Amino acid sequence: MKVGVVTFPGSLDDVDAQRAVRLAGAEPVALWHGDHDLRSVDAVVLPGGFSYGDYLRCGAIARFAPVMTEVVAAAHGGMPVLGICNGFQILCESHLLPGALIRNDHRKFVCRDQRLRIDNAATAWTSDYQAGDEIVVPLKNGEGGFVADEFTLDLLEGEGRVVARYLDDNPNGSLRDIAGITNERGNVVGLMPHPEHAVEDLCGPGTDGLGFFTSVLSALVK
Amino acid sequence: MARVVVDVMPKPEILDPQGKAVHGALDRLGFGGVADVRQGKRFELQVEGEITEERLAEIRNIAETLLSNPVIEDYAVRIEESVGVEGGAA
Repeated sequence: MKVGVVTFPGSLDDVDAQRAVRLAGAEPVALWHGDHDLRSVDAVVLPGGFSYGDYLRCGAIARFAPVMTEVVAAAHGGMPVLGICNGFQILCESHLLPGALIRNDHRKFVCRDQRLRIDNAATAWTSDYQAGDEIVVPLKNGEGGFVADEFTLDLLEGEGRVVARYLDDNPNGSLRDIAGITNERGNVVGLMPHPEHAVEDLCGPGTDGLGFFTSVLSALVK
Repeated sequence: MARVVVDVMPKPEILDPQGKAVHGALDRLGFGGVADVRQGKRFELQVEGEITEERLAEIRNIAETLLSNPVIEDYAVRIEESVGVEGGAA
């Protein structure tokens, strides 16, 4: 199983994501933003960071990177795609996921271990969890406020497309405490917190994040 | 050459933390009477040749796909006459 991890200029967590993929038992493949080829990967991770310096809006320029043409086409074809933090912003800007992410309501950058509840354990990236599972993974963002109009929020809730929700304090003003969502098909998932930073006991709050990366392997085997 | 200005503003219903920060600063500086502040972006596009309806449609497309995100922002496009040599402080 090959899981591609895209590096954009300004990506920060690409190597961590590759490491998480390896620890989950898959082969990480480094993809470059200028690539027009997904190099036969079975799934793609868009990692966190500040692609293209986050100029204009987070993820807005990355959406037009050559590799995203391939990622969007593959996602429409059913390939599992996970966007973490900046990757989530890129997925929204690419219209693979609805809504947008704006500056945190309290205007401060947040970096902390965050408790989440997995609300949808039926996506390609969450099937190794049980719905209702509570996990702790790091969160670090300045523009992590998920917003969408009421109609879209009701649709996401109604279709069970809220993948994860913030527990305890809402760290960034995300509407309805939404930390992550999925598309209709369940192959594209965007998540603001960072599961790739919780895959080893030594470096992080635990291994609660590993499930995202093992889930996609189970999804691909099916 | 003509200059086309694209103004991008957060939609009224979208929280604008930057505007709020500026508003808070105004209060602290003692500038009263400002009820609210919204912060947006202004893009100035120097466009080669004549501005035709077609070119304008293209610019609106730029404004809608790259310069703004319709989920959270509104945009307005207007043509400014090219700046001549006369006038100005420079």
